[in-house]
Amino acid sequence: MSNEKFILKAEALYKAYRMGATKVHVLKGVNLAVRKGEFVAIVGASGSGKSTLLHILGGLDRPDKGMVSFEGRDLGKISAGDLNRYRNKMVGFVFQFYHLLDELNVLENVYLPTMASKSIAGWFACRRWAKSRASQLLAELGLSDRAKHKPYQLSGGERQRVAIGRALMNEPKLLLADEPTGNLDSATGNGILDTLERLNRAGQTIVMVTHDERIAQRAERTITLADGKIRGG
Amino acid sequence: MYKIVLATRYLVKRRITYFAVLAVALCVFIVVVVMTVMTGLVGGFKQKNHSFTGDCVVGTESLVGFAYYEDFGRILEKADFVQGISPVIKNFALVTPAGIERNYALEIMGVDPVRHSKATDFGNSLYYSKDNVSEAFKPAYDPNLPGCILGIDLALERDARGKYSYEPAPGRIALSVSCFPLTAKGALAKAGTGLVNTQTFYYSDNSHSGLARVDSRLIYLPFEPAQALCGMAGPIKRVSAIHIKFKPGVNPQAECQKVASLWQKFKQDKAGQDQAYLLDTVTVQSWKEYRRAFIAAMEKEQTMMTVMFGLVGITTVFIVLVVFYMIISHKSKDIGILKSVGVSNPNIVQLFAGFAFLVGLLGSAIGTFSGWLFLSRINQVESWLFEHFKFQLWDRTIYAIGDIPNQVEFNVLAVIILSAIVACLVGALISSWQATRLRPVETLQVSQL
Repeated sequence: MSNEKFILKAEALYKAYRMGATKVHVLKGVNLAVRKGEFVAIVGASGSGKSTLLHILGGLDRPDKGMVSFEGRDLGKISAGDLNRYRNKMVGFVFQFYHLLDELNVLENVYLPTMASKSIAGWFACRRWAKSRASQLLAELGLSDRAKHKPYQLSGGERQRVAIGRALMNEPKLLLADEPTGNLDSATGNGILDTLERLNRAGQTIVMVTHDERIAQRAERTITLADGKIRGG
Repeated sequence: MYKIVLATRYLVKRRITYFAVLAVALCVFIVVVVMTVMTGLVGGFKQKNHSFTGDCVVGTESLVGFAYYEDFGRILEKADFVQGISPVIKNFALVTPAGIERNYALEIMGVDPVRHSKATDFGNSLYYSKDNVSEAFKPAYDPNLPGCILGIDLALERDARGKYSYEPAPGRIALSVSCFPLTAKGALAKAGTGLVNTQTFYYSDNSHSGLARVDSRLIYLPFEPAQALCGMAGPIKRVSAIHIKFKPGVNPQAECQKVASLWQKFKQDKAGQDQAYLLDTVTVQSWKEYRRAFIAAMEKEQTMMTVMFGLVGITTVFIVLVVFYMIISHKSKDIGILKSVGVSNPNIVQLFAGFAFLVGLLGSAIGTFSGWLFLSRINQVESWLFEHFKFQLWDRTIYAIGDIPNQVEFNVLAVIILSAIVACLVGALISSWQATRLRPVETLQVSQL
C-alpha cells in the first residue's frame, strides 16, 4: 500500500513515563496506519497506553522514539506553531469527560477552536460565520435549544455531543475520540456512537479508543493494544 | 479574542478571584493613604523649612559671627539672580518675663523685618503686622517701645484641635533679654564687668512658622539691638548669617553654587584684613543643607515607612502569587483543553497575564477610589473620633500639625497602581508558566477533574 492511501501513520512508537522511582514503558513499538474515511477502534485494557497513543497521534504528546506522520508530514519534524495549527485545523478531540470550559456557554464552547485560531480582527471578520457554523452543528447534534446553556446545565450525553460539535467546528480531517462513551449510560452511549457512525458515513476519519469490545465492534476496524504493542488489526 | 473572553469570565465567575482583587485593593488602599499622609507631612515640613530659611544661607555656626557682611551683601544685591538678602544675628539668650521669678534659655534672631520678609517668608508668619511688616517691632500699645516677636508657642496656647486663641491685639508683656557678648576672638567681651548685656523688649507680634522647634524656642529682635546685645556691633560689625532669596524661575542649586563662587572670591579679596580669619568659618548652603539636621530625620522616617510598606507590598505580591497559583492550578484542565484546540503556550501565558492585569486594574481602581474617599474625609473622621472618643492621630498640643495632609499626588498614585499591576502579572506569569509546562496528557486525565 502506498503512503497516499493513509491519512495517519505511526511507526515504531515508544513512550515511557516515570512514576516515582520506576519507569513505566507504555508504548513499546506501536505501528499503526489509518486510511482516509476509516473508523478505527483501538481497544485495550485500562493502562494499556490507549490514551497515550491517541494523544501522540493528535500532537498533544511526543513519542520518545518513532514517527507519526499525517498526510505524509512527520509530526516530529514540524515546528511548535505548525503542531498547534495541526491540532486546531486537522484534528478534533473528543474526551471521555467531555472537557468543556465551564465559563463558556454551549455555543461558545463549540466555536472555541475557530476563535482560538483567529486574531481579534480575524475573529470579528469571521464571527458571524463561526456562530452560524456552531449553531448548525448544534442543530445537527440536536442541541439547538441548549446553545445558551452552561455545560453544568447539560446531561452527560448532551455534554459529549457539545464536545463532538467542538471537535468538528474547524472541519478536521481526523476525529480522535478517547473513550467517548466511557462516562455515559448505554442508551446515551449508543446515541453518541450513532453520531460517530453517521459522521463516518459522511466521510469523517475517526480513531476511537475504548476498553469495551462491544463498543469497538461499532467501528469498521478494531486494533488491540496490549503490553504496549498492537495485536491484530 | 478568546483570551479577552476567558480572562473576563475568569474574573467575573470565580469567587476566589474576588479575594485576589480584595488583596490588591486593600494593599493599594493602605499604601495610598499612608504614602499620601507621609508625603504630605514631609512635603509640608520641607516647605515650612524653605519658607523659614529662604533659598540659600551664607553663615557660620560660630557664635562670634563673621565680619564684612555689608560688603558681601552689596555684591549679592548686584547679582542678577538675587531677589532679596537679609543679614541675621543668631544667638542664645536668657529671657525673663517681667514679674516672673524664672528665666528661659531661648534662641534669638536679630532681623530687619522688611529685608527678612524679602529673603524669607517671615512676613507671612506674622499675625498682627502681616500687612505692614515694617511695624512688626512696634508694639501696638506703645510704638516707641522696642518690640520683639515671639514664636507663637511662646505667646499663645494651642487648644486640643491645634487652634490658637488670638487676642485682638498683643498684650503688654515685657521680656528682659540677656546675652553673653563675645569679642571677635571668641572671648567674653564683658569679662569682669557683669558678663551679660541685657535689654528689655516688649511683645509686639508672634510668628507662626509651623516648625515646632522654631515656634517654641525663638524670639525675633530688631537687628541693631540684637547685634549690640551679642557684641557684634563693634567698629567692624558682624552677623551670624545672610539669608538669600533667588529670583523666581532660577535653579536654586545652581545659584547656590554661584553664591559659593562669589564668596570664595570675596574671601580672597578680604584676605589679610582685620578679622578676615572669621570668614574661614563661613559656609554657603542651600536651604536643604542648612536645615538638613531637621529634614533628614523626617526623610529617614519617610524612608522607613516606604521600606515598611515595601515589605507589605512584597507580602501582597506573595499573597497574590499564592491566589493565582491556586486559581491556575484549578485551571490546569482548561489549559489542557485549550492546548487540544491548538492554543500555544505563549498564548496561554498571555491569557492568564490578561486575567492578572484585570485583577490588578480592578483591585487598584477599588483601592485607589476607597483611598481617595477615605483621604477626602480623613480630617472629618479624625474630628469625629476626637469628639466621641478623644482620639487624635497626632496630639495637636504637642505636634505642630494642622490638618492631616490628604492631597493625593498623581506620581505616587501612578507608581502604586503600576506596582500593584506588576505584582499581579508576576504572580500570574510564574504560575501560568509553570502550568503550561504540564503535559496535556496529565492535565486532561481523570485525576485532574
